[in-house]
Amino acid sequence: MSNTNKNTKEKIWEFLSEIPDPEIPVISIAELGVLRNVELEKSKVIVTITPTYSGCPAMKTFEDDIKSKLEENNISNFKILTVHSPAWTTDWITDKALEKLRKFGIAPPIRGTEDKGILFGSGSKSVQCPLCKSKNTSLKSQFGSTACKALYTCKECFEPFDYFKCI
Amino acid sequence: MTTNEALIKYCLRLGDTSLILGQRMAEWCSKGPVLEEDIALSNIGLDLFGQSRTMLTYAGEIEGKGRTENDLAFKRLEREFFNNLMSERPNGHFGETVVRNLFLSAFTYNLYKKLSLSKDDTIAAFAAKSLKEVTYHLRHSGEWMIRLGDGTEDSHNKIQQSVNDLWEYTGDLFAMNEVDELLIAENIAIDLNEIKPLWNNTINEILERATLTRPLDGFMQKGSLNGIHSEDLGHLLTEMQFLPRAYPNSKW
Repeated sequence: MSNTNKNTKEKIWEFLSEIPDPEIPVISIAELGVLRNVELEKSKVIVTITPTYSGCPAMKTFEDDIKSKLEENNISNFKILTVHSPAWTTDWITDKALEKLRKFGIAPPIRGTEDKGILFGSGSKSVQCPLCKSKNTSLKSQFGSTACKALYTCKECFEPFDYFKCI
Repeated sequence: MTTNEALIKYCLRLGDTSLILGQRMAEWCSKGPVLEEDIALSNIGLDLFGQSRTMLTYAGEIEGKGRTENDLAFKRLEREFFNNLMSERPNGHFGETVVRNLFLSAFTYNLYKKLSLSKDDTIAAFAAKSLKEVTYHLRHSGEWMIRLGDGTEDSHNKIQQSVNDLWEYTGDLFAMNEVDELLIAENIAIDLNEIKPLWNNTINEILERATLTRPLDGFMQKGSLNGIHSEDLGHLLTEMQFLPRAYPNSKW
């Protein structure tokens, strides 16, 4: 594959980084922390990804998008590996992406507040409404519109919103 | 029995319990008592299916006969499933589902914590990943136990009844056989006698806060280690496996 040789690891990472998350198109798979690694093994490109949640239905889309992006760049000799260790954490979401999430209307995860407790009260925190910026909000459900989000309601502007929950 | 044979059985146990409970969660889809709970139960199901996929795929790989996760989920018969009996208990009313999920998530939560140190890398990764998700599941069922137990007289009585009814299936969670013996010696599996007191602590704390009474241990159901199940599993599989059995080898 002579084409592959022209592509450095960095260059491949760069164009794969452009792939948006299918559910939250404002952030890329690299910013989300799903894209873990790009390696060149002789002429073969090895792309490593990891799921946010075990059952994340977007994993297939991630793979398909990576495949088309590689083919678009004339790379046909590649392998996409899915790894579970180390387990994905919201801490891998880049600072820039946190701000993008907020602008998109999703409250970003509050760093270092992983809900480790097994009962309520142990994980209480104030999540800022991404719409009106009020901190007077309440948790409606730990399970929201996708596996990675919780559902909150703002008590000031009365709008419901998603919170990207910490794991 | 070789280590690999034991490992396949062990992975099927873990994978099947997630799969069958996941299917029970899926049965709630569009039938939840409120929209938020409908979404929550479906989300929990999704996590469980994801967890199950890792273990079934791994079991198929170790077996080396080319069976995929789909083959194992959709082409095995009742007696070839090793899920805990608790996971196949029917949903019943919402409170009954909450109790069943609590008993199971308190078990997997404490098990996965220890199992994340397993000498088998795939099992350790599976456990570490699943633990993060199961923590949310345990919190969900724990919170509802307290709300319903410490709620109205009606909700209290109903959920106490569910606790009493499901208690006889808790013994099966801690059953072990030669599979465990072999894998514990290899530092792959965890001795469930170590998990029992941890499970007891979690359950006792929640029951107390929910003003509910812990039943006394009496007759305990058993059988999952040998693939012996209640009639309910057959009905569940009939629905879950219908499509791939009616239209074999179809693809999306």
